[in-house]
Amino acid sequence: MTLLITIFSAVISTLIWYNSSKARKIKVGILCYSFWGASLMWIVDAVFEYAELKADFFTPSFQSMLNDTYLGLSVVALALIVWVIVILIKDPDNILKEKYQKLQKDYSVKTTSRLER
Amino acid sequence: MACFIVPVSEAVVTTIAERIVKKHEDKTVIAEHSEKIPFSQKLKVLNGMLWGGSGLLAFEHLWHGEITPWFPFLTNASNPADLSEMLYEMATAGTAMALLVTAVWGIMMLFIEKIRKKEKSAPIADRGEV
Repeated sequence: MTLLITIFSAVISTLIWYNSSKARKIKVGILCYSFWGASLMWIVDAVFEYAELKADFFTPSFQSMLNDTYLGLSVVALALIVWVIVILIKDPDNILKEKYQKLQKDYSVKTTSRLER
Repeated sequence: MACFIVPVSEAVVTTIAERIVKKHEDKTVIAEHSEKIPFSQKLKVLNGMLWGGSGLLAFEHLWHGEITPWFPFLTNASNPADLSEMLYEMATAGTAMALLVTAVWGIMMLFIEKIRKKEKSAPIADRGEV
């Protein structure tokens, strides 16, 4: 399940990256690299597990599937969090910078008006 | 167990290589004038796949309790019997992971270069530049 969720995430993020220039600007590529890298690594993991378990590999218990689903969703959440942090640090549209400058300007206007009073 | 260590090690090497190649490209000004994609840009893609993939894989190991925040950080490293099993897994699964990611990256880069060559050799009318 973890592998499947990661592959679906990789495909979706790649399609978004391919179709939208705005997405490319906000670095959706980071998600593509992470999900594709993880998918390839988990494919290898699955092959090794299959070699060990043979047919049992395709009949996991409900408990293990549920745990794997939680893990897959957590992996997606972690990748999204890392991506958001990278966006906030790199600030590709200078939104944070502008916000900070506006706050600074507002603050200086307020302080001067207070001082004048 | 600790298979992600092999891709992480490769990622460290390729990141250093990317920095060195980029410095060299900046010096020789190949990056701006060459029609080829700079090698440092290609390495950046490999780095992204290796760091991102092994980061998520490390999270999976943390989830399964195979990584601990205290020394020796890997649960299996504290026991000699488990240690040999861990090293075996690193040598097999870990190496296979690193090789697969690198192979996919290599094929991707060859494909991109081929498309660029094809675009360059195509008549101007076919390129939509008229």
